[in-house]
Amino acid sequence: MLIVGEIINTSRRRIAEAVEKQDAAFIGQVAKDQADAGAHFIDVNAGTFVDRETEYLCWLVKTVQDAVDLPLCLDSPSPKALSEAIKYHRGEPMINSISLEKERFDEMLPIVTAQPCRVVALCMTETAMPVTIEDRVQAGAELINRLTAEGVALENIFIDPLVQPVSVDTRMGNAVLGAIKTIMNDFPGVNTICGLSNISFGLPARRLINSTFLSLCILQGLSAAILDPTNKRLMANLLSTRMILGKDEYCGDFIDAYQNGIINKE
Amino acid sequence: MSYQTLLDAVIKGDIKTAKEETLKAVDAGQKAQDILDQGLIEAMNVVGDNFSKGAIFVPQMLRSAKTMQECVEVLKPHFKENAMTTKGKIVIGTVKGDLHDIGKNLVGMMLEGAGFSIIDLGVDVAPEVFVDKIKEADADVVGMSALLSTTMPSMSLTIKALADSGLRDTVKVIIGGAPVTRKYAEDIGADAYASDAGSAVLEAKKLLNIT
Repeated sequence: MLIVGEIINTSRRRIAEAVEKQDAAFIGQVAKDQADAGAHFIDVNAGTFVDRETEYLCWLVKTVQDAVDLPLCLDSPSPKALSEAIKYHRGEPMINSISLEKERFDEMLPIVTAQPCRVVALCMTETAMPVTIEDRVQAGAELINRLTAEGVALENIFIDPLVQPVSVDTRMGNAVLGAIKTIMNDFPGVNTICGLSNISFGLPARRLINSTFLSLCILQGLSAAILDPTNKRLMANLLSTRMILGKDEYCGDFIDAYQNGIINKE
Repeated sequence: MSYQTLLDAVIKGDIKTAKEETLKAVDAGQKAQDILDQGLIEAMNVVGDNFSKGAIFVPQMLRSAKTMQECVEVLKPHFKENAMTTKGKIVIGTVKGDLHDIGKNLVGMMLEGAGFSIIDLGVDVAPEVFVDKIKEADADVVGMSALLSTTMPSMSLTIKALADSGLRDTVKVIIGGAPVTRKYAEDIGADAYASDAGSAVLEAKKLLNIT
């Protein structure tokens, strides 16, 4: 299970403040904390700074990679911000994201094919957010076909089924779970990825909901998640779910995490 | 006549009881407009307050809004010749290039519950479409939503388009969406920023001097 640490996002107040103050020590520490907690990629998102997004995203790339030796998930809907930020990135980044919306696809394609990288592809249709399982599977299949035709390796594609709140429509949980299952089944080797927190928008006890949802996603075959790895209960849930589903040989990751203090005794 | 049972039913989202109470009030000779104002809209004000305070959650708000809609359907035949008064006409939409609709839909529902007429233009709405529809509807307020940093500038473009077409002085502008901030609203010359559906109602009322 590939983990993308989600904390460095300027929609979080403390991150936004640190970015504005160019507080490299603070950002570096947040990156280290996530790396220590088991993140494989560190997400960087400066999307709330509309006019200065590119500048801040570039700064985040440098600052985070000065602090940790991990690849980053460059997170922006803006092709301009991404194409600049990628110049500062060492190693193979994950680019988040491309979708079938015509303009976005056309502008992002040269960026994701210019160098080896992983790419997050959103199951948006060209004109609307997906509602059903079929909407998602159709968009996912088209993304996979078009990206692989352009030379992107299947295993570098991370399909995001787009999680939407169950508070607004109680069918939204099953829509994502069903889509993960079908896509993983129809395209062996491809990855699926999602953020968790949208599922619980508008509801209380969001951490509980997010954590339960993660387990169900893993059951359907989700292979990557964007989450807060410093949330110990969430990580404990992730590790125990994988183990129970036979994805953790000799229960090694689970036991390691316990012995390293990531999982506490009850 | 007291509308307490109706109020309670709408607040709870009890569609069956609410419809029965609406019919009862009609049969008792109450004016449809009074039932709407003192029963349904009043109940939705409470729901909006509770939501803004964090006392209730999105599904409960939706259930109340659905209950109100069903009651309005019951009332409709009892209004004389479209005599239903509106608190104001509000055009809403998600801006060009942006397909997110969940927040915008919640806002529309709560504004409707508060007694406004809503013209929902959907998603990916270009500035010129906003302008045309605002003109056509003679709208009092326009509400714009954006969920992407890349589409937020379209809010600013729409405000410019309103100015260019001479509508800026006649229509108030409210904006919102996850990456949108109060500061951004000020920067682009919007009249108000709304952080959620409840505050969108409050801001709309404030802008139109409705108590």
